[in-house]
Amino acid sequence: MIEGWGRLPRPGREVRSEDFEDLTRDRALSRGLGRSYGDSSLPAQAGAVVASSVLADRLLSFAPESGVFRAEAGLSLQALNRLFLPRGFYSPIAPGTQYITLGGMVASDVHGKNHHRDGCFGAHVRRLKLRAADGRVVECGPDLEDELFRATVGGMGLTGHILEVEARLTRVPSSWILAETERIHDIDRFIDGLKEAGKDWPYTMGWIDCLSRGARLGRGILMRGRWAEPGEAPPAFPAPQRRPAVPFVLPGFVVSRLTVRLFNALYYGTHLPRLKRKLRHPEAFFYPLDAIGHWNRMYGPRGFTQYQCVLPDAAGRGAARRFLELLTRLGGASMLCVIKDCGAEGVGLLSFPKPGISIALDIPVRDHTQALVDALNELVIAEGGRVYLTKDQFTRPQHFRAMEPRLAEWLRIRRQWDPEGRIRSAQSVRIFGDTP
Amino acid sequence: MRVAFLGASKGMGRALARLMAARGDGLFLLGRDTEDLTRSARDLEVRAGRGTVGVAACDLLQPEGFGAALAAAEKALGGLDAVVVTAGLFAPQERLEEDATLARRVLEADFSGAVLFCEEARKRLLARGGGTLCVFSSVAGERGRKPVVLYGAAKAGLSHYLEGLDHKFRAQGLKTVCVKPGFVKTSMTDGLTPPPFAGEPDDVARIVLRAIDRGTPVVYAPPIWRWIMAVIRLLPRAVMRKIGF
Repeated sequence: MIEGWGRLPRPGREVRSEDFEDLTRDRALSRGLGRSYGDSSLPAQAGAVVASSVLADRLLSFAPESGVFRAEAGLSLQALNRLFLPRGFYSPIAPGTQYITLGGMVASDVHGKNHHRDGCFGAHVRRLKLRAADGRVVECGPDLEDELFRATVGGMGLTGHILEVEARLTRVPSSWILAETERIHDIDRFIDGLKEAGKDWPYTMGWIDCLSRGARLGRGILMRGRWAEPGEAPPAFPAPQRRPAVPFVLPGFVVSRLTVRLFNALYYGTHLPRLKRKLRHPEAFFYPLDAIGHWNRMYGPRGFTQYQCVLPDAAGRGAARRFLELLTRLGGASMLCVIKDCGAEGVGLLSFPKPGISIALDIPVRDHTQALVDALNELVIAEGGRVYLTKDQFTRPQHFRAMEPRLAEWLRIRRQWDPEGRIRSAQSVRIFGDTP
Repeated sequence: MRVAFLGASKGMGRALARLMAARGDGLFLLGRDTEDLTRSARDLEVRAGRGTVGVAACDLLQPEGFGAALAAAEKALGGLDAVVVTAGLFAPQERLEEDATLARRVLEADFSGAVLFCEEARKRLLARGGGTLCVFSSVAGERGRKPVVLYGAAKAGLSHYLEGLDHKFRAQGLKTVCVKPGFVKTSMTDGLTPPPFAGEPDDVARIVLRAIDRGTPVVYAPPIWRWIMAVIRLLPRAVMRKIGF
């Protein structure tokens, strides 16, 4: 069995080797650390073999003058950050977890708290080495086979196996983050607060209580941060943190409407005073969820899905309110509901973000989950938004087509490089109609 | 520490070489595929952030090349303080039973090749007044067992040799470190079902590095395998014949 982070399994098997380039020969799919929530890294054919990149984790070059590095695709973001932070460099993009590979960062074109300012990971990539569907090994980048590059960035690994990644790290003034957190009373003020903070702060995001209703709808905690200047931070490097783990799959009732309500009330209510400012360990600031190993086991034996959509600025400020109202009406309890403003669309043709407000929520899988996702998707389509394939396991093909005007272009390029449809995943079968 | 390393491009060897590079040890890599070794050398250089890592071809199945390979390492490093051998060949017992050519390769690489390489390393280290010879054997060599009849036999011979070497030459300054990994999740064991207590290469590497620094003659990694094998060694033959371990 093989599963994504949402723990919905599918028959299949991973094979690992340091020689990932050789391993990808004639394979339909490769995967990294398996942190995409849904079925993007699961085999199209039940029982098939997926090539794992995780042992291909060598750094091949680094230029301290420019911050440009090249590495094999299985290198994890955690390894990259821990190696380069003491030298004054950090990944330009910090997504929700460090337990992802460079290949996965490209395939999902990940974004982070600084999307409003620095875009997605793809904007910082200079070269990719791919094994195309016909077996050839090709290089691409913004100035070389640019069509293939744009289809690969955010292309969910469906244009070829990503073997090597060359990208640029960001120079940072210290090893610490100066962070502020602030309590916000409702969703409208939240969105204003995000936009306002985005003007001065490189890193912004918020957690919202999506069970509160009425005047308190969308209350939550807004976080903003920046790298501390040398004078503001201790010279010592933050030590890597040891982490506890959820030791086994918890029973399904642990995450219920009642427990989520309790958690949310405590999290919001205990945030005193209203505004806090302190120095944070970058891992604690960027990756709070990584602090608990296997936290996905919390959602019980049926697993969970994450629903992440972006509601465009064009839909107006009311779109987020309408989304949350529908969610509360449908009873979608979520302990983790993250809100973030997005900047311009990236280079990737299937890249998720576009200017607007992104909302991400964890939904434990229940009998009505498909209906819930369908209803949310219909609202997102009406607002002109779209969903993030990396999180998705339930979106219907017609819904995705309605959300994604760039899809035809992406499919055209993909067909050009893979006319026989050799490279495919469970997700591409579900959404793009590939043959299993 | 100046280290000649045979087998640093994969698995536990890769993890150990990275720890050594990170703390500033000088490394020279030996292995079969120089193109692949060069990629590992670049990796170690970037991780260390200083110095260069050289490479030379060396194959456990070609003992005639051992002298030249170690000489190249000694020259590039400007001396030699330690030699580490993590290289070896592995195949499941069923495949070795079917394929005599493969069985011969495994036996030669893991026993006679490894021993002859150590002999060459021993002479060079002793000529310099001593040093550390760290070699990866296996818990498979602790007792004759069904899943590792042939591989275990080669590793048993290797462990035996390393013990003798340690007894004979420690007084002259040659510290022999025999590493006996239990089941570790690497590409070598990919596809096998990991037993409980299976280890990770990074954890093994930390344990081995400490053993190298201290000159510990025998080290089990992960450490729990010392006790597992102690029990296995005590089991009566009648029991060993019944169980599949």
